[in-house]
Amino acid sequence: MVEHRPLSQLAAHLILIAGVALVLFPVYIAIVASTQAPGEFLRGTLPLVPGGHALENYRAMWESGLSRAGAPPVGQMLFNSLVMALAITLGKLAISLLSAFAIVYFRFPFRLFFFWLIFVTLMLPVEVRIIPTFQVVADLGMLNSFAGLSIPLIASATATFLFRQFFMTVPEELLEAARVDGAGPLKFFKDILLPLSVTNIAALFVILFIYGWNQYLWPLLITTDSDYYTVVMGIQRMTTAADGDPQWHLVMAAVVMAALPPVLVILFMQRLFVKGLTETEK
Amino acid sequence: MQTKRMTFPGRWLPYALLAPQVIVTLIFFIWPSLQALYMSLLREDAFGLNTSFVGLANFRRLFADTYYLDSLSVTAVFAIGTTLLSMSAALLLATTVNRMLRSRNGYTTLLVWPYAIAPAIAGVLWWFIFNPSIGIVPYVLEMLGYRWNHRTSGTDAMALVIIAAAWKQIAYNFLFFLAGLQSIPQSLIEAAAIDGAGPVKRFWTIVFPLLTPTTFFLMVVNVVYAMFDTFGVIHATTQGGPAQATNILVYKVYADGFVGLNLGSSAAQSVILMAIVVALTVVQFRFIERRVNY
Amino acid sequence: MASIRIEGLEKTYPGGVKAVKGIDLEVADGEFVVLVGPSGCGKSTLLRMVAGLETISAGALHIGERRVNELEPAQRDIAMVFQNYALYPHMTVFDNLAYGLKNRGFKRDEIRRRVEAAATMLEIEAFLPRKPRQLSGGQRQRVAMGRALVREPAAFLFDEPLSNLDAKLRVQMRVEIKKLQRRLKTTSLYVTHDQLEAMTLADRLVVLNDGRIEQVGTPMEIYARPASLFVATFIGSPAMNLIPLDYLHTNGGGDTATALLHDLPEGTDIVGIRPDDLHMRAPSEPHLVVESTLELFEAAGAESHLYVCLAGSDQPTVIRTAGQPPVAEGETLRFYVTRDALHPFNRESGKRIGDHG
Repeated sequence: MVEHRPLSQLAAHLILIAGVALVLFPVYIAIVASTQAPGEFLRGTLPLVPGGHALENYRAMWESGLSRAGAPPVGQMLFNSLVMALAITLGKLAISLLSAFAIVYFRFPFRLFFFWLIFVTLMLPVEVRIIPTFQVVADLGMLNSFAGLSIPLIASATATFLFRQFFMTVPEELLEAARVDGAGPLKFFKDILLPLSVTNIAALFVILFIYGWNQYLWPLLITTDSDYYTVVMGIQRMTTAADGDPQWHLVMAAVVMAALPPVLVILFMQRLFVKGLTETEK
Repeated sequence: MQTKRMTFPGRWLPYALLAPQVIVTLIFFIWPSLQALYMSLLREDAFGLNTSFVGLANFRRLFADTYYLDSLSVTAVFAIGTTLLSMSAALLLATTVNRMLRSRNGYTTLLVWPYAIAPAIAGVLWWFIFNPSIGIVPYVLEMLGYRWNHRTSGTDAMALVIIAAAWKQIAYNFLFFLAGLQSIPQSLIEAAAIDGAGPVKRFWTIVFPLLTPTTFFLMVVNVVYAMFDTFGVIHATTQGGPAQATNILVYKVYADGFVGLNLGSSAAQSVILMAIVVALTVVQFRFIERRVNY
Repeated sequence: MASIRIEGLEKTYPGGVKAVKGIDLEVADGEFVVLVGPSGCGKSTLLRMVAGLETISAGALHIGERRVNELEPAQRDIAMVFQNYALYPHMTVFDNLAYGLKNRGFKRDEIRRRVEAAATMLEIEAFLPRKPRQLSGGQRQRVAMGRALVREPAAFLFDEPLSNLDAKLRVQMRVEIKKLQRRLKTTSLYVTHDQLEAMTLADRLVVLNDGRIEQVGTPMEIYARPASLFVATFIGSPAMNLIPLDYLHTNGGGDTATALLHDLPEGTDIVGIRPDDLHMRAPSEPHLVVESTLELFEAAGAESHLYVCLAGSDQPTVIRTAGQPPVAEGETLRFYVTRDALHPFNRESGKRIGDHG
């Protein structure tokens, strides 16, 4: 900005601090709640400072979950979420890299048709075709399995387009030099194209991991066996406990644990996250 | 569509490379969508024993159904509310952060992480804060003379889910606004300052018009988000209630089909939703073409 | 080592555009042949067809005794140096040089020996562990050369390898390429649009225009006897002056001129004169005289360029002369030209008219 007036600078800081506070507020409350003793909530309002029961609440959730609400131990759900998120992420990356490679580096009949076929998936989010997709997965015997949790979600038009865009910017001469150097298509893909795509793969990894971790409707539909519950959907089960109010101190401990992995990914890979986010949406 | 100037020869290899993506797409995207189209033309009796072809009757019934029409308007209120709230908060924060030099990255880090929170979890967090008996916000509101209860008041419930959905989306809008602001040449701002425009005037006459492409893009993305990605917010909190007050379209598809087992109607709703996504995608791509020329 | 034999080579792109319209050329074993021409003349396409990077629409291509029309680039036993170097950005210099050898299944020791030998020859040993982005333009150029060298191929193909360098480095690398080729005696085909680079590097020069060969010969043959108006103006800097014969008849200096011009072959209607061949002092042998007005004087150190307008016409003409003659802009100057400096052309055909001995 052009002017440097101390007063407006101060106002700007105040706005931002208020914004940050607003953004942080719900999570602060969750952390505070997760450290309270069970009886604390019966007394009316929620305390605003942490209590001393953090360790026992977290341990209870990690080890045994809320069996009364049909929720398995959070440790196990976190593991399920991790497996699902990684399978979705790696699956999407792998099949998108291969498709983009085929579309950019080969000319073959029906190339355009396949391109549009992949493109159309953008317009068919799972939310709009719930029942028939559920039926397909049920017919294939994939209910209550990691395959069922991940495979139906690994088609990715966005990732394919991103890699296509990136491959188009790889200089033509690299391909030509590689061919003069005796590299066939798969060798070129492995030796040249993949190493050059590392930054893009990493950026997309961050975005897709968060996407996979945060899946909600899909696991809700296809898991009835609590061994396969993921943590994001498991929390919903805890809040709708049959009798009376949820045990908020325990639910909030689970919420904190469920939110932590993707938040850590963003905080530690912020640069890649921003790159992945702004580039996939172009 | 382009390829490289030189391509690899290969008769079967490109098909093999495409196969995983295409197979997943056909089995889990195309086939179910066609099924939805087909099912939208059928009706099952109450016991699921008999199905008969009914043409467009499911659609006609939907548009005569006040619950469905209510759901349409509920969705519109929810989408517009979420988009406006989230985008205006994000724009304020982004323009303010953009003035900072040293603290810019620090604030950015503190503001972007809610992107990582799942919509369902965001819903649970705000559900808890607004909990009528123990929540902190109703406590404050009560002192101000307002009795908050999202379990009985449709307005309160709608406000709650809008706040939860918008809160999660601020990070996304913030990052795009910040990127848009940073792509505005500093020289334009300086030229406007020399022309005698103060900071507020500069924002509305120079910065905001130049942000139009970003704003428009974000509007489409936010509407798509509010319509389709917020299933978790609703399901984990109000479950469409009270009295259908927050029963948005995607939630209704799920509730009617999966819980209510009214397959024909649910399929018809799916088809209408697909048409909406297609329309929004077309708008988005048309706009991207124009953005290139901007 | 091998020769390259090009017979009736054509390139038609899908859509019908013809980039190469029938080229016949033989590059002898160990010869350095330069393809030169303006952009779009088909020289790069021709080179890329030899490399196997473009398919051949018609004609035959032999490298050594093998017909290679349908072979993959890697099977043609050629190495190529690209305009933008095309170094693999994620590999070290060593791996860049070694990649082609690895793909061909060379033993590790042999790869190391060859890479080190090439690196020594090009004085890039110190850069072997670095990545390309840590190198300067000139160093990258050397690595690109090295990648071609280690292969010890039958032929080197160069696609404007110096055009991304600054003027000074370009001259330096030009000399090195020439020395290297002399030493290795590898058959080389080199594409450039820079006529000075072409003249200085080539054993034999091929001037291309619009997908066809205009002229083939040693650089000096082509400079001394350009076969067409195109070659005449393309080779040599500043370009050759082209003056209508009629003008010289009327303004060339009387009877001597008439006799001298009469000696030109039948069909000549335009005459080329190199900027060096317009002299400021009258020679002893018979000559033409032209009068002109000096419009612009350009001092370039050891030589000067005089941009003049011939008297009684708007014909712009350039004269190159040694040193710095004492002239002023606006002054009327007189130039002298002898018979052997006149290049006879026919405007309609664009060709040189067969002249005496």
